Amino acid sequence: MNDLIIIATGSLVAISCGLLGCFLILRKMAMVGDAISHAVLPGIVIAFYISGERDSIVMLIGAGLIGILTTFLIEFLHQKGKLQSDASIGVTFTWLFALGVILISYYGRNVDIDQDCVLHGEIAYVPIDLWITEGGTNLGPRVLYVMSFVTLAIIVFIKIGYRGLFFTTFDASYAAAIGISTVLWHYLLMGFVSLATVASFESVGAILVVAFLIVPPASAYLLTNKLPKMLMLSVVFGVLSATGGYYLAKSLDGSIAGAMATVSGLLFALTFFYTRLKANPVTSSSPVLQES
Amino acid sequence: MIQQVQNPILEIHDLSVSYDRKPVLWGVDLSIPKGALVGIIGPNGAGKSTLIKSIMGLIPLNGGYVKLFDKDLDDVREKVSYVPQRESVDWDFPASVMDVVLMGRYNKLGLFSRPRKADRDAARFALEQVGMQEFAKRQISQLSGGQQQRVFLARALAQQADIYFMDEPFAGVDAATEKAIIKILKDMSEAGKTVIVVHHDLQSVAKYFDWLIMLNLRLVASGPTDKVFNEKLLEEAYGGKLTLLTEVGQLIKQEKFPGIEK
Repeated sequence: MNDLIIIATGSLVAISCGLLGCFLILRKMAMVGDAISHAVLPGIVIAFYISGERDSIVMLIGAGLIGILTTFLIEFLHQKGKLQSDASIGVTFTWLFALGVILISYYGRNVDIDQDCVLHGEIAYVPIDLWITEGGTNLGPRVLYVMSFVTLAIIVFIKIGYRGLFFTTFDASYAAAIGISTVLWHYLLMGFVSLATVASFESVGAILVVAFLIVPPASAYLLTNKLPKMLMLSVVFGVLSATGGYYLAKSLDGSIAGAMATVSGLLFALTFFYTRLKANPVTSSSPVLQES
Repeated sequence: MIQQVQNPILEIHDLSVSYDRKPVLWGVDLSIPKGALVGIIGPNGAGKSTLIKSIMGLIPLNGGYVKLFDKDLDDVREKVSYVPQRESVDWDFPASVMDVVLMGRYNKLGLFSRPRKADRDAARFALEQVGMQEFAKRQISQLSGGQQQRVFLARALAQQADIYFMDEPFAGVDAATEKAIIKILKDMSEAGKTVIVVHHDLQSVAKYFDWLIMLNLRLVASGPTDKVFNEKLLEEAYGGKLTLLTEVGQLIKQEKFPGIEK
């Protein structure tokens, strides 16, 4: 039962991150996902400090707001400050992340939150972190509820906003010319990326979320040139990574989140070699190699 | 020479635009008659693309205003179409030709409704017009440069607008595509649509356009091709030396960083 709960949680994280990640890499903004996943740290800590508990909506909202603030800062430094976009990403998220680390080490003395847990997560604790009502009824693992809700929200967002996301990602200036607000869709997407990151940090940690945001969509991108298929494939890769990673960790007795990210990397490598092989079969190896 | 017209379909009044405090367009004031096939010409960096981007509301204006059909853009968006530069998008994007052409239908349809049969028919008809009906299901990553440009044109046609702005539709396309595109543009103009095109090749100007806008940061000329396409105005637009305005622009930009020379 515990196996199933952990795999389900990992898969939900992978699905929500993978769906959003498709749009991030198509917008050439994969590193913004990275930035958000780190920068929400102070949001998590402040919200935790204010509300005093982990399962509060306050935490999701607080970190979600910091996520949007991060995107705003990156845009601001890039557009108005004339800083290169990668430099503005670097400045913004390291600074916010560092702020979060300081806050944790300062408040961490008084409250039950520690660096390791936030950075690396501990998906193995998911089954024992139960949602027990005031009346004492055991409703099952709390994180599973949060992740199910977030995943559902993301699926609905992508279903309804598919065209807005597609248009503004493929051709922002045409989208703007026919009256679609590119700014609105940008911040909606970033808001959902923040939400996914915050919801996932407890299980896989703030750092490994990046692997789920980028690696399965990148594998899917190599395999197809249809957007709906790319979304489907990144879900498949995500679930495979979560399942495979769990059993890898179990056999090695190692970090589950780490193993899940490792498996997603391995799947990417396999996909990469598969597509390379399909593009240039071994039989027609390059003439340069034959000469030497 | 700037010829103003009665009841213009496009009216630009005292338009100024700058990037990073460096002016790229100064006091542009012109009007365009309905049904004209207009070429925007001028040297590199003259502000040609900037002009149509500012008409489409894609960059903020420093001053002046733009009126289409005597109204603001927001009130007439349905009647206005835009073809961005081909290089401005990633053609490896996972989408089909049909997906891209259908984008042209969404300012009528709204983002949240599915395309109806009428929309698919309009998209197919637009593809037929540009000779790409066979390619509807093709992925855009498999198209040549000329085919990409035709798809962009088809998307604009599917919009069934009354005025079209096109950013260098002839850049990097094969001769057959160029011929096909200019024929479509001429047909559109004959059907009463107004088409405004950023153009690079001076050789073909007289053959293609019946109205010219000549730019070099400021407006050099706007009028019928036979009246403005002459050596004197061309020299004014393309003149060998930096114009005074470019120098002023540079100075203003440098002013922003007074510390550099000290």
